[in-house]
Amino acid sequence: MIGSLDSKTPAGPLAGKWTNHKDHARLVAPNNRRKFEIIVVGSGLAGGSAAATLGELGYNVKCFCYQDSPRRAHSIAAQGGINAAKNYQNDGDSVFRLFYDTIKGGDFRAREANVYRLAEVSNLIIDQCVEQGVPFAREYGGLLANRSFGGAQVSRTFYARGQTGQQLLLGAYQALCRQIAAGTVEMFSQTEMLDVVLVDGHAKGIITRNLVTGKIEAHSGDAVVLATGGYGNVFYLSTNARGCNVTATYRAYKKGALFANPCYTQIHPTCIPVTGQNQSKLTLMSESLRNDGRVWVPKKAGDKRPPAKIPEAERDYYLERKYPSFGNLAPRDISSRSAKEVCDEGRGVGESGRGVYLDFADAIARLGENTIRERYGNLFHIYEKITGENAYERPMRIYPAVHYTMGGLWVDYNLMSNVPGLHVIGEANFSDHGANRLGASALMQGLADGYFVLPYTLPVYLAGQIGKRPSTDHPEFGKAQSEVEARTKKLLSIDGKRSVDSFHKELGLLLWDKCGMARNAAGLREALGRIPELREEFWRDVRVPGEDEEFNQSLERAGRVADFLEFAELMCTDALTRDESCGGHFREEHQTPDGEALRDDENFADVFAWEYQGNGSVAPPKLHREPLVFETVQLTQRSYK
Amino acid sequence: MKFKLRVWRQKDPKTKGKLVAYEATEVSPNTSFLEMLDSVNEGLVARGEEPIAFDSDCREGICGTCALTINGEAHGPDHPGAACEVYMRRFKDGATIIVEPFRAKPFPLIKDLVVDRSALDRIVQAGGFVAARAGSAPEANSTLIPKQNADRAMEAAACIGCGACAAACPNASAMLFTAAKVSHLAFLPQGQPERTRRVLKMVTAMDAEGFGNCTNTYECEAVCPADISASLIAKLNREYAVARLRRNAGE
Repeated sequence: MIGSLDSKTPAGPLAGKWTNHKDHARLVAPNNRRKFEIIVVGSGLAGGSAAATLGELGYNVKCFCYQDSPRRAHSIAAQGGINAAKNYQNDGDSVFRLFYDTIKGGDFRAREANVYRLAEVSNLIIDQCVEQGVPFAREYGGLLANRSFGGAQVSRTFYARGQTGQQLLLGAYQALCRQIAAGTVEMFSQTEMLDVVLVDGHAKGIITRNLVTGKIEAHSGDAVVLATGGYGNVFYLSTNARGCNVTATYRAYKKGALFANPCYTQIHPTCIPVTGQNQSKLTLMSESLRNDGRVWVPKKAGDKRPPAKIPEAERDYYLERKYPSFGNLAPRDISSRSAKEVCDEGRGVGESGRGVYLDFADAIARLGENTIRERYGNLFHIYEKITGENAYERPMRIYPAVHYTMGGLWVDYNLMSNVPGLHVIGEANFSDHGANRLGASALMQGLADGYFVLPYTLPVYLAGQIGKRPSTDHPEFGKAQSEVEARTKKLLSIDGKRSVDSFHKELGLLLWDKCGMARNAAGLREALGRIPELREEFWRDVRVPGEDEEFNQSLERAGRVADFLEFAELMCTDALTRDESCGGHFREEHQTPDGEALRDDENFADVFAWEYQGNGSVAPPKLHREPLVFETVQLTQRSYK
Repeated sequence: MKFKLRVWRQKDPKTKGKLVAYEATEVSPNTSFLEMLDSVNEGLVARGEEPIAFDSDCREGICGTCALTINGEAHGPDHPGAACEVYMRRFKDGATIIVEPFRAKPFPLIKDLVVDRSALDRIVQAGGFVAARAGSAPEANSTLIPKQNADRAMEAAACIGCGACAAACPNASAMLFTAAKVSHLAFLPQGQPERTRRVLKMVTAMDAEGFGNCTNTYECEAVCPADISASLIAKLNREYAVARLRRNAGE
C-alpha cells in the first residue's frame, strides 16, 4: 500500500530550499479559503497557533481540545525558553549555527531541510510573539534579553521568567480567541478525538467524544491537522500533564499513518526526584537552571552527610569534569545518562539514592540572591512547595524524568503524513529533533509549524480539493462512529477487578525499566513479551465505573491507557530494531569506551516509519525506511567535551 | 497520616449535591492533595463505587485546571499556589478536610468538584488580545520596552486563568482576572492601539457573564495562585473610566 517514502524535500542548496518552495507552492485564493473547513486537533503552541493563523487567513477552522479551555494545553508548562537565531548578543550566532546545533543535538537523525527551515523561521517567531504582547525578559535599555541553554555555545534563548511556555501559549490562545470571536474558528473544548475518518484514502474528518455529555459525534473537513503533542505518559510518570496521551496519533496510525521513530524519547536531566508510591507525575525544573547551578554528587559511594557538610574536595562536579567545554550545559541525553551512572555507582543523594545535587551556592555568592530570585524565583518556589526545602539555602535534588518525545507521526516536508490530507504538527510529528531535542527548541518548533510553515504548506494539499469535503452522512463516518461507540461500551462492560491506573502504573514501570534511559535487546524482548499479557489482562479485568453518556473521567483514562498498551509495543519494537545508540536512544550494546552513545551511520542513518498491520504480536508492524541524506553537515561523533 | 474527608458529591447539575464522608489512610506527608484524592478514588473503584470527579492536568500549578475549595479556601491553605501544589504536610494528622468545588454563579457545576469556567474564555474573546497577524510583525527589537514595564506586564500576565478570584469573592467578581489581562496589555506599547476598546469590551463581557463587582474584600488577591496584586483592579477601574470618557468624547 505504501511505496517508497518521499519526503518531498525541495531541490537546490539548503539555504534556499524553503524560499524556493514557497515561491512555487500552490496557493488558495482568499475568496476560496472560506470554502474549506480545516479540523485542528489540539490547541497548544502548534495547534493554537495554526488554528488562529488559518482562521485569520480566512479558512473555516474547527479546533478541538480535551482540556476545558484551549489555554490549558500542556505547552503552558514549558519553562525555560525559545531559541532564535537573532544574534542579538553578537556572539557568533546565525541561522546556520542554530540549524547545525539542532541537527547535531539530535545526533544526526533529523532531516536537514526541515531543521534548516526551523532555524530560518525562528526569528519571525520572536517578532510575532513580541507583537502579540508576550512579555519577554528585557534589559534596562529596553532590548530583549537572552540566556544560554544546553547544547549551544551561544546565548540565543528568549524567555519570560520561568514561564516562557505559558506566555507563548497565552499569545497563541489570545490570537485564537480573537478568531473565535470573529467566527472563523469554532472551538470545541472538552472534546476528545477518538478516531480519524478516511474517505477514498484521504483524511476527511474525525470522530469525537464530548467529555461533558459523553456524546460521540462526527465532524467532516477538507483536511485534518493533528497537533496533539507527545506520548511521554506511556511511562505513567513523566513531566507531561495527566491528560496527555497518544490516542489521536495512535488512532491515525491504526488508520494507515506511519509512526516514525517511536523509541526516541527524551529523559530530561533536571526533574524533582520521585518520592513515593502514590506519585502521579514528575515536575521539571527548567534546564535554564543549569546556567547558574552546578551539578554534583559526593565522590564517595554511600556518603549520607548533608550537602553542607561535604567539603569541596570530596564533591564530584561530574559534568564539569567529563565535559569541560559544555560543563553543566551538556545536552539532555548526556546529562541524564551521567546522572544515572553516578546513582548506579551508589553516589546518588536523597532518601531514595536516585538524585544528584544542583547547587546554586556559587551563583548566589557571585550574583546575589536577588538576581537568582529574579531569574528562577518561580522554579525555586515550585521546588519548595513540592519538597519542603529551600533551594537558596541547600542544593536542589534532581533526577532525570521522561519529558518529551521526539518520535511521532511521519510527515513530509509539507508536514503531511503519508495519508493525504492528514497533517501533523508540533510534538505530534517526528520531524525536527532527531534522536534528542535541545532545550528551548520545542516551543520554537510548535510555533514555527503553526504560524509560519503549515499556513504555506496546507494549500499545497487543499488546492486540489475544492468541493471534495464529504458530508458526515458518508458511510465511512457511520462506520467509524459505530466502532468508537462499540469500544466505549466494551470498556464499560468488562467490570473486572483492577483500576485503569493500576494498569497504567504497571506499564509505566515496565517501560521505564526496559525502554527508559538505557535499553538492551534482552530487556526489550522481555518487555515485548510482557506487554501483550498486560494488555490481555486489561481487556479482561479492568474496571471502568460509570456510564458512557455522562462526564466520566475513568472512561476517558481507560481509552487512553488502552492505546498506550498497544503503542508501548510499537515503541519497544522500534527500540529493538534500531540496533545502535543515538541521542536519547541508548542501547547498552553500543557505546564508546567512555560510555557515550555509539551511532551506526552505515546501517541506521534513516527514519524508521512503522505501518500498522494488526494488533501487536499477532501481526508485527511493517517497517519503512526513509534514508536521511546529509548534503551539508558531516556526520561526526557528537562531542561536548 | 490519616484524614477525614467531607467531599461534595453531585451527579450532575440537576441532581442535588451533598457532602459525603470518606477516609484517607496511610497518607505520606509528601503526597500532594490531589494524589491523596487519587488514592481515595482507587479505594472507591475497588469497592465498586464511583470515584470523585475532580479536574487537574499539569499538577504543577501552571495550567489552571484544578479548582478545589479546601476547607473553605479556594486552592486550599498554601498560598500562593494552586490546589495541585498543596501537600499533605500542610495538614494536621487526623484533621477533617472539607473539599468543595469553586462556587460562583458564572461557573455552573458539571459533576462533583468539576465546574464549567468557559465564562473566562469568553471575557478574553471579547478583547483580551492584540490583533497581530502572523507575518506582519516588525523586527522584535525595533520597539524598546523599558525593563520595568516588561516586568509589570509579566507580573500581570502570569494569571493562570483558574477562576479562584471569582470563587473566593463574596460577589463572585472576576475583576482580578479581567484586570490582569487588561493591565498586561496596557503596560506594553503593542497593546496601545486597542487599549480603549479592549477594556470596554472585556468589562461588558464580564458583566454579561454574571460576575459581580469588586467591593474591596481582597479575597481574590489572598487566594490567587499567581500572586496577582489587587492593585490591578484599581488600574482596571482607571483604564475603564478613561476609556468611557474617551468614548463619550467621541475619540
